[in-house]
Amino acid sequence: MFVFFCPHCGENREEEEFGYGGEAFIPRPSAPETLDDDAWGDYLFMRKNPKGWHWEMWSHNTGCRKFFVVKRNTATNAIAGSWTLSDGRKAYDAEGGAT
Amino acid sequence: MTSFRVRRPGARIDFEKPLSFSFDGQPYSGFAGDTLASALLANGVRMLARSFKYGRPRGIVGSGPEEPNALMQIETGAHTIPNLKATQVELYDGLTARRTTGYPTLEFDLKSIGGVFARFMPAGFYYKTFQNQKLWPKFEHIIRQAAGYGSAPAEPDPETYDHSHRHAQVLVVGGGASGLLAALAAGRAGLKVVLLDEQKECGGWLLSSPYSIIGGKAADAWLKIVIGELQSMPNVEVLTRTSAFALHDMNLVLAVEQLQDHLPLAERAVNRPRQRLHRIRAESVVLATGAIERPLVFGNNDVPGIMTASALTTYLNRYGVAVGKRVLLHTSNDHVYQGACDLIRAGCEVVLADARARVNPAWEKRARAAGVDLRLGYGISFARGGREVNGAQLVKLDAGQNVVTGTGPSIDCDALGSSGGLSPTVHLYCHDGGRPHWDEEKLAFVVPATGRAKSRIYCVGAVTGEFGLQQALEQTQRTIGDLLASLGKPTDTTSAVDVRTDEPQTVPPRRIFRIPDGKREGHGKKAFVDFQNDVSAADIHLAVRENYRSIEHIKRYTALGFGTDQGKLSNVNGFAIAADARGVSIPEVGTTTYRPAYSPVTFGTLAGLHADETFEPRRYSAMHACHVARGAEFEPVGQWLRPWYFPLPGEDMHAAVRRECLAARRGVGIMDASTLGKIDLRGKDVREFLGRVYANDWAKLAPGKCRYGLMLDENGMVMDDGVTACITDDHFVMTTTTGGAARVLSWLEKWHQTEWPDLDVYMTSVTDHWATAAIVGPKSREVLAKVCAGIDLSSSAFKFMDWREGTVAGIPARVFRISFSGELAFEVNVDANYGHYVWEALMDAGGEFGITPYGTETMHVLRAEKGFIIVGQDTDGSMTPLDLDMAWAVSMKKPFSFIGKRSFARSDTAGPNRKQLVGLLTEDPEIVLAEGAQIIERADTAPPVPMLGHVTSSYYSPELKRSIALAVVRDGINRRSEEGRKAGRNVLYAHAGGKAHKVRLVSPVFVDPKGERQNV
Repeated sequence: MFVFFCPHCGENREEEEFGYGGEAFIPRPSAPETLDDDAWGDYLFMRKNPKGWHWEMWSHNTGCRKFFVVKRNTATNAIAGSWTLSDGRKAYDAEGGAT
Repeated sequence: MTSFRVRRPGARIDFEKPLSFSFDGQPYSGFAGDTLASALLANGVRMLARSFKYGRPRGIVGSGPEEPNALMQIETGAHTIPNLKATQVELYDGLTARRTTGYPTLEFDLKSIGGVFARFMPAGFYYKTFQNQKLWPKFEHIIRQAAGYGSAPAEPDPETYDHSHRHAQVLVVGGGASGLLAALAAGRAGLKVVLLDEQKECGGWLLSSPYSIIGGKAADAWLKIVIGELQSMPNVEVLTRTSAFALHDMNLVLAVEQLQDHLPLAERAVNRPRQRLHRIRAESVVLATGAIERPLVFGNNDVPGIMTASALTTYLNRYGVAVGKRVLLHTSNDHVYQGACDLIRAGCEVVLADARARVNPAWEKRARAAGVDLRLGYGISFARGGREVNGAQLVKLDAGQNVVTGTGPSIDCDALGSSGGLSPTVHLYCHDGGRPHWDEEKLAFVVPATGRAKSRIYCVGAVTGEFGLQQALEQTQRTIGDLLASLGKPTDTTSAVDVRTDEPQTVPPRRIFRIPDGKREGHGKKAFVDFQNDVSAADIHLAVRENYRSIEHIKRYTALGFGTDQGKLSNVNGFAIAADARGVSIPEVGTTTYRPAYSPVTFGTLAGLHADETFEPRRYSAMHACHVARGAEFEPVGQWLRPWYFPLPGEDMHAAVRRECLAARRGVGIMDASTLGKIDLRGKDVREFLGRVYANDWAKLAPGKCRYGLMLDENGMVMDDGVTACITDDHFVMTTTTGGAARVLSWLEKWHQTEWPDLDVYMTSVTDHWATAAIVGPKSREVLAKVCAGIDLSSSAFKFMDWREGTVAGIPARVFRISFSGELAFEVNVDANYGHYVWEALMDAGGEFGITPYGTETMHVLRAEKGFIIVGQDTDGSMTPLDLDMAWAVSMKKPFSFIGKRSFARSDTAGPNRKQLVGLLTEDPEIVLAEGAQIIERADTAPPVPMLGHVTSSYYSPELKRSIALAVVRDGINRRSEEGRKAGRNVLYAHAGGKAHKVRLVSPVFVDPKGERQNV
């Protein structure tokens, strides 16, 4: 059971307040109709699923209902931090968008 | 007092308080302070179980959670608890215990006859025997009868359970010498400390060794001082009878506290829980979990009266029970020497066979001085005795190799204790992914003395392999010093505790696990590794010969380490024997995985108060009391309890539903629709937002109008549906399915927050704010007219799919002219606080029209007659709007590529032969198909039978006086078309309950196909 820091509420809370929101930073293509089936299929289904550091979204379901970004190690369950979506994007880009 | 009792100073037995109890129907007596195990031993009971596979007599081996044999059924009836270890059951007056093994009786066990079973039950017996699966049903009953342990209670549990959430700066697990010292240091530093110990009092091994000296004080006195100081600190909490059974991520420790198990049933407070689950979140965890002594493996080492040497010592020093008068001890290490001396002082004769030719001179001197008959360089070849041990045959061991070099004396004894070394209790450290490492000198899997600083998990004492008392305490002081330093708390050296002891420095043990008997493995007497599962050394050798390599596979093939003791005695011996059999080192074999729970936890404790009606909160509509008063039957829908049908006296469900359906179709019915999810959306971009998240177009929906919408996932599949009303240009109210409300809100929030934060949209769940009554049927307008003001109800002014604001029974209301039945219908929404009042007002108004309340069952029949889908029943996440023949609800012209649109063009979604929604009519109109029935091509069901689809909804229609069904069928829309009919492709079979019924594929709209009734 994790404890997450909600960057919107500014507090550590138990996992049962949160819901998993999937891998972070998968932007929706701006013009879906221009994509071929392979590219659209990648957006729909393909996920990094790394063993190691993973940027993912969680939502504070029973709190502020906001989505935020968590960097979590899928092998050790260590958590490097949590950020708002926009701050998380900056931190992610600063790492070069690496897994 | 029985002849096995000895009065030992320091023993935790109150000889002034005798207690009576029964075992297998026989009355016995014990004393306050006894466990069931110590009391049975004091009464001379040696055999109290039969073994799992071979039915061999078994007795008590350990003194704590490691006990493999003495599994007891405690109490009877509703209070009965199966498979408790007698070593962990505190004795109370009137306790009733029964054996859990031995079939048909303990004295005569079927499995033990002539070793017949023994010969035929090698490792993997069940895998090998029942490869022919046809045999299993014939033998299952007999095998289960003979092999079982205790019985689960058959009555509801009369006791209650509780959960407690705690936060600690320092959580210390284990209240032995090291744990106490750790808690003391952290407590003195002012930290918020919680200390857990699974026994009824702290002290750990010191309780079994009360004559040890710490800092010049006897252990007994030292404990009193330390525990006294801990109890005086307001920042320290000591929880005894509390067993930490799991350590999860981020230092979440689960522990179960036994609050009343030690009390006679009549003395247990009814308003107090039996057990409490503590969920402790700790900034730092200190594991002081100690170690458990493992036995040596030799022939017939399972005869009752043979135990671990530490258990013998514990029964003597802590419980005042001398298990035997002539005791044979066998060891490979130093740990038994103190116990040997204590036994002599209690008046026993002691022979000590040490596998080492040269031993610790300090201990040798003390033992010989005490009068111990020391036999160096000897091992036990096999023990003698059937239901009680009466002796053992020694063999001379080579000083280097683990081989027999000669024969030894035969020793008579009435108790035998062995020690193969200490196995640290590394379980908790490993629960969240940590691994122990093998220490070849100490012959133990240990955890690092440094713990895991990053996770703030610290390890102190014997769990780190510091088996000497003084070394353990010194290591504890160093480690807690590091912990305090990391928190910026300097350790005050002046208040440091003097931890010097009188113990001689220990010398390394001999690396021996299986005592050789001069024979090839499997040819001598059976030597058991795992008592609970009857796994012998020969079984492990056999598994290796049969090519099992991974210890995880060997475990599962032989059953090594399974069961209620989880291999606490057997695992390390098993790993070592597997290593020797494979000819590799022990670290190469490694350990099996340590998973929670450390020891069994009863389901009641895990559930706590989340049971029965508090298992999940039940939601009731504001009109619930109205339905109860009318005798409704209810059904759960998600968390809601909704009226199912409203039977009149003498009516069954079928009759009630028939009456309700006809009322709605011919007169007027009324239904509570409050449970539908409602989301209030505000902001200038709501219209645009709706266009993106729904397949429909919302651009032209004017205030005062509503629209049915299909919500798709990005894969183009229907995920929810509902009606959304435009209140004003920047204010809409969306309804969702009853079960989908929370999921849809989260889904909308996700899209808004992650992709379109620029849109001005605010969402609020208002499900509970509104109460909704649907008035349905040709006479609904007349009913509403009697109580509604401020709304022109005429057909021309208030059209189908309009909504209006007015009052109903004087209460401000939003009235929607929408219909889930195909009839003229109005849904009246009022502030939930007026729900009850408005429902009753509508019932009064409808009295003269015969207004009939109806529930979910009639709602389902009415909607199925119209072919209206229920998302989640008629769809399963793989249905597009086109599969549902609902292209009318999709706007392909919207400028924004709404969620799911692009996926319509994916090859699979656009491809032929998809499962599509159709209506089904059985050839025999009286047959109501089972929902889930498979749709197949021919009545002939000889395999292979291609499955074309399945029935999703099926009812008897009172309106049509016949059965109807909805189904999803491959290429269903073409099959039911004009061409399909001509080609005969519309006739199929629905198969359920072993029968194939002929069916015709038709339009899913059975009643009023033109949709005229709702528009009147």
